[in-house]
Amino acid sequence: MSEEKTEKKEEWKPRLVAYVCNWCTYGGADLAGTSRLTYDTSVRAIKLPCTGRIDPLFIIKAFERGADGVLISGCHPGDCHYNTGNYHARRRWTTFRSLLDFSGIDMRRLHFSWISAAEAGKWVEVINEVSTNLKELGPYKEFKAITEKKEEYDRVFAQ
Amino acid sequence: MIESLRSKSKELLENGTVSLVIGYAEGSKKGKTKPFFAYSSEDCDKLTFSPQCVNNLTIYLTRKFTFMKKGKVAIVAKGCDVKTINVLIQENQLKRDDVIILGMSCDGVVGKDIVHDGEQLPDENKSIKCLTCDVKTPIDYDHLFGEEIKSEALEPMTGGIYDAVKEVKAMSWSDRWKYWMDHFERCIKCYACKKVCPLCYCDVCITEKSRPQWIETSAHARGNYAWNIKRAMDLAGRCTFCGECDRSCPAEIPLNIINQELAMTVYDSFENYTAGYQTDVTPPFVSFKEEDKEDFIK
Ligand code: SF4
Ligand code: SF4
Ligand code: SF4
Ligand code: FES
Repeated sequence: MSEEKTEKKEEWKPRLVAYVCNWCTYGGADLAGTSRLTYDTSVRAIKLPCTGRIDPLFIIKAFERGADGVLISGCHPGDCHYNTGNYHARRRWTTFRSLLDFSGIDMRRLHFSWISAAEAGKWVEVINEVSTNLKELGPYKEFKAITEKKEEYDRVFAQ
Repeated sequence: MIESLRSKSKELLENGTVSLVIGYAEGSKKGKTKPFFAYSSEDCDKLTFSPQCVNNLTIYLTRKFTFMKKGKVAIVAKGCDVKTINVLIQENQLKRDDVIILGMSCDGVVGKDIVHDGEQLPDENKSIKCLTCDVKTPIDYDHLFGEEIKSEALEPMTGGIYDAVKEVKAMSWSDRWKYWMDHFERCIKCYACKKVCPLCYCDVCITEKSRPQWIETSAHARGNYAWNIKRAMDLAGRCTFCGECDRSCPAEIPLNIINQELAMTVYDSFENYTAGYQTDVTPPFVSFKEEDKEDFIK
């Protein structure tokens, strides 16, 4: 038993950054917690007022800071607290998703979902599914390589 | 064409319709032209037009410059430049009445770093935007100079730059990553690409925001990636493919390819929308349709 535990400790865990809107997906995640549902702990949820607040730079920032995957989630169409934030966001996602793909981002690491405040089960499902996939993919080497280049750059210029 | 451009400009200045004519004059080097501001009739004799007139002068109509405050101005504009004017009007940066468009019929301008003398410009010397141009006669103008040129009927999003985009698209994602990293690594963060863009007119640019520092300031692959993606994204559905950013990039980064990938996505996803053709429609990113596609959302 104890052996198994130490093994588990050393298992590599991905970092999944989830940008979620305050009114739906965050509520759903909260409900998952209060309902004592368990889900993969690879996720770090970041709460924002609305999906309309999510700038493409947030995704890039997450990868810059070492994320292995990013999930973006908000209210279902028609349910946005601000009525239309998610409709506008959806157009933007369509476009920057394509741009990121074009620029060579590994699209298996970028996910989008609609999860309502009542859908604790869906939150658990999505997080578990994405985390499992990320574990199979391993660390996001390609992006981490440019972070190493940045560190190298900083070292050279510090001299 | 040049004579009538000069005399019209003189007339507009003399009768007080405009206080300034923004146009082109011969550059200091043979085969080059430069932006030129004509305030008087004598100045107007220096105005010129040729395939060397590459600059998109409409940048002088934006709030990056203050000429507009002096009243009405006239501007020498090729078809592609008029598209930029249209976006500026659409985005409430300009009123149609604030500007007199001296539209030029144009069969192409020279490509980057090409010095061309003489009239007839062969395709291989043309800027890549001209190969798929459908506005050789501008779609809007107050006065037209030169013979009307019929643009050939073109298959949308094909040929020229669009084929270059498709070539990159056909690569595997890891090859694309390598392709862009090889390019972005050369970026020196000079920001010429944003300075020259008439549609990059924010008072405070994201690159100047330091709390937090959204775009890393030093020119390494990581910060350059964020910068190039962000710049392109902010022009999505707005860029009119004037090609000025690409032309001004000292690092030879193929910015046209990124920008037009976005144009193609917008065209495919939002009811064949292309920027610069209409001033009275709501731009794609301040509108939406309930039935917009969402096949990528769980
Ligand atoms: S894109 Fe069209 S209007 Fe613009 S320079 Fe080329 S041919 Fe002339
Ligand atoms: S992004 Fe480049 S091609 Fe597009 S409008 Fe700006 S300068 Fe012109
Ligand atoms: S013009 Fe080229 S080198 Fe300069 S900031 Fe833009 S992409 Fe980088
Ligand atoms: S508040 Fe949830 S998407 Fe707008």
